[in-house]
Amino acid sequence: MKIDDATVHNIAHLARIKVDDVQVKTLEGELNDILQWVEQLNEVDTQGIAPMTCVTDMRPKMRADEITDGGYPEDIVKNAPEYTGTFFVVPKVVE
Amino acid sequence: MSTLTDLTLTAARDGLKAKDFSAQEIAQAHIDAIAAGNEALNAYVLQCPDVALTMAKAADKKLANGVAGSLEGVPLGIKDLFCTKDVRTTACSHILDGFTPTYESTITQQLWDAGAVMLGKLNCDEFAMGSSNETSYYGPVVSPWRREGSNAPLVPGGSSGGSAAAVAAKMCLAATATDTGGSIRQPAALTGLVGLKPTYGRCSRWGIVAFASSLDQAGPLTRSIQDSAIMLGVMAGYDPKDSTSVDVPVPDYEAALNGGVKGLKVGIPKEYRMEGMPEDIEKLWQKGIDWMKSEGAEIVDVSLPHTKYALPAYYIVAPAEASSNLARYDGVRYGLRVPGNDIIEQYENTRSTGFGDEVKRRVLIGTYVLSAGYYDAYYLKAQKVRTLIKQDFERVFEDVDVLLTPATPGPAFAIGEKSGDPLEMYLNDIFTVTANMSGLPGISVPAGLSGEGTPLGLQLISKAFDEEMLFRVGKVIEDAAGPMPGPNDWWSVS
Repeated sequence: MKIDDATVHNIAHLARIKVDDVQVKTLEGELNDILQWVEQLNEVDTQGIAPMTCVTDMRPKMRADEITDGGYPEDIVKNAPEYTGTFFVVPKVVE
Repeated sequence: MSTLTDLTLTAARDGLKAKDFSAQEIAQAHIDAIAAGNEALNAYVLQCPDVALTMAKAADKKLANGVAGSLEGVPLGIKDLFCTKDVRTTACSHILDGFTPTYESTITQQLWDAGAVMLGKLNCDEFAMGSSNETSYYGPVVSPWRREGSNAPLVPGGSSGGSAAAVAAKMCLAATATDTGGSIRQPAALTGLVGLKPTYGRCSRWGIVAFASSLDQAGPLTRSIQDSAIMLGVMAGYDPKDSTSVDVPVPDYEAALNGGVKGLKVGIPKEYRMEGMPEDIEKLWQKGIDWMKSEGAEIVDVSLPHTKYALPAYYIVAPAEASSNLARYDGVRYGLRVPGNDIIEQYENTRSTGFGDEVKRRVLIGTYVLSAGYYDAYYLKAQKVRTLIKQDFERVFEDVDVLLTPATPGPAFAIGEKSGDPLEMYLNDIFTVTANMSGLPGISVPAGLSGEGTPLGLQLISKAFDEEMLFRVGKVIEDAAGPMPGPNDWWSVS
């Protein structure tokens, strides 16, 4: 599967990264090189093999369904580029 | 005072307990070493002398009162991927400009609870994506090592390049690091250090900036096997805040050091004998095999048939997870914000300015392999291959106790030498990435020098949660290799 510049534009938009036409050209080459290289995986017969979902054989631990953390909104907004009170400020989203 | 920085962590710990010197003295010796050498090496991106001296003072009080922790007064460097309360943490990315956590990572908290002292935050590849520490927003780290007869700056390896350079240059006694595809073991090999990637789930990932969550694992970089065992003993353990950390007892790793290898079965995987392998690496590996034999281990030739597919599968799985993890950097809640006409443009501007080229490449690859229509062909396929890689190891560990391989395909290279070709850079992790893909613990142990006079390492891989085996066999390699020369100090200015 070869990706073209329209695909690069599309995935860049999906990833919310602005790219200009020069960058798209470079990325198109680099991404195709990487994808071509990973396509050697097609040599591997994976018929009937389950995809890995967890690398260790441990079962996740259960815990009581109770609140154990929180209650410090000042800490949460402390690093925001812009905030008011305990709210993040963003450009207007809804007219 | 400068001799205090020459001590191993083990010797420093014992010297502090015996009151041969104080925590403040050894902290100051390291602060001075950093002040003299960091400009040349760029190992620390943030120095915290005031924090260090405050912590050292508290440690001295505890040492005097006989209530010292197991690392009381031991000065450490912390990779900038670990969140440290009230101390800037950026993952060496522009997008986390000025981020100052209001919380402490579990691992660093455990280190401070044991009495360790923080010297500062260590440089790394941006979001730990790299094998040479050249992708950091704060610039490349220069290795304290040089080729014989050359002044060309070499890479320390990556992504934990700042950690490796700082420990090798004696700017801390040990450092924390993280390993997603080899980021502890590869820099350890290139700088003559012991680098341990524990079993996935052995150490908590809570409070560590996430790269690829199913592969990331934290561990120590140290100047000896015993130092590594001491560090892991404090870093390991179950953490309710990390649902993937595993609730099994943490053994006394120091007690495992002197078991020897007599009667052990050491596997030599034939697939690690890559075509075009440099003679230096070939010889080093053979030397390791000979050491094992002469110490009474049985050498067993084994096969891990899917080895060559680990790296390509990794470059699907890791970018996929990274694209998801890094979605949080949007200029709203923390770090950099670059305004735009609307919120979408603000996201796009922020992420375009804030991420470096390698991070962008991986986020885009990850976005692509997870996108509609390609998920099955790439991501699902890679996860199936991953199952096969893990099964290879499970089969082999029915017959052997530990695997012995080279740690890297070659010695340290020069800064700029490989940074033009992403694929060539990726190949650095060819021997280390299999342990991440299968969740197994691996350690790199210094074993000799290349023809260029720079360090080389051997890697050991064991069964899940059998880090004791790595220390036990690693100690035999360490003893057989004998005292290794350190780099000559060219970096300090008085």
